[in-house]
Amino acid sequence: MPAGTLYRGREGMWSWVAHRVTGVLIFFFLFAHVIDTALVRVSPEAYDETIEIYKNPIVSVMEYGLVAAILFHALNGLRIVAVDFWEKGPRYQKQMFWIVMGIWVVLMAGAAYPILNHAFREVFGS
Amino acid sequence: MALIENAPKITGGGPALEAPRSKRSPRSTKTNFELYAWLFMRLSGILLVVLVIGHLIIQLIIDGGVTRIGFAFVAGRWANPFWMTWDLVMLWLAELHGVNGLRTIINDYAERDQTRFWLKVLLYTSALIVLFTGTLVIFTFDPNIGQ
Ligand code: HEM
Ligand code: HEM
Repeated sequence: MPAGTLYRGREGMWSWVAHRVTGVLIFFFLFAHVIDTALVRVSPEAYDETIEIYKNPIVSVMEYGLVAAILFHALNGLRIVAVDFWEKGPRYQKQMFWIVMGIWVVLMAGAAYPILNHAFREVFGS
Repeated sequence: MALIENAPKITGGGPALEAPRSKRSPRSTKTNFELYAWLFMRLSGILLVVLVIGHLIIQLIIDGGVTRIGFAFVAGRWANPFWMTWDLVMLWLAELHGVNGLRTIINDYAERDQTRFWLKVLLYTSALIVLFTGTLVIFTFDPNIGQ
């Protein structure tokens, strides 16, 4: 963090740090992802072999993590837009942060089974 | 700039807030670039909510999710101009949004001019690679490449 900062922690600052970290993470993923998709121009086999990595159980957990990062960044991004454009936004920024976290928890719970069930089956048989 | 110069000085009441002792004097900008960049981050963000979350629902949730992805799956999707357009718009918006975000971050943390310069060269090079490759792949996709 730059020296002499005026930030004092709490929701406003931590959401900003998390927004930054998730943004960078998604950016690096996108770089890798456009390269892996480009393998469709090499051969069907090259593409299919690489996409197998996405189906590995450990990688699936990372995909769930990527979804966590994107959902946070997206919901918090909408909160930033509300703070900037809605006249009452700055007053309710803290409440909106907790609404974002609430929606995030619900969506992550809902996404767990569809994203992770195949990995679970593979690891524990059946 | 005018906005900042006209702003009321924060002096009333408590101790006056000193001006920041920043070494770097603001470059005189003749364009509104930063304003447009700021606006672009917000507009592209709103569109990306639909594009990226829609993409994730299709790729990870519906119909077996990631387990069904493969060359045949992509061939099926890119037979449809709607999904080609979707992917193309998502590619450009996400990449430009991400590049602009990283540009801000480099400006915040890289203090030496040399470091800033080279990090940005790296950043813009990577963006050109991603935009060029991604666009080319969508437009030149050939479902019969294996035959
Ligand atoms: C782990 C999660 C993801 C999976 C399994 C996945 C899968 C795929 C697949 C199969 C394609 C091929 C075309 C299609 O079916 O539409 C594709 C293309 C694409 N995806 Fe994803 N995706 C994921 C996450 C993301 C994220 C988070 C982003 C944006 C930040 C993204 C951006 C793109 C773009 C821009 C393309 C087009 C690539 C090109 O132009 O060559 N994807 N993705
Ligand atoms: C899913 C929808 C998204 C929304 C609603 C969204 C929204 C935003 C907003 C409002 C900002 C703040 C800009 C500012 O402070 O001026 C931002 C910053 C940023 N976003 Fe996104 N974004 C989204 C997707 C993405 C994607 C796909 C990437 C990566 C490719 C990304 C990477 C970044 C980065 C690196 C920053 C800079 C963070 C900082 O300066 O602290 N975002 N986003």
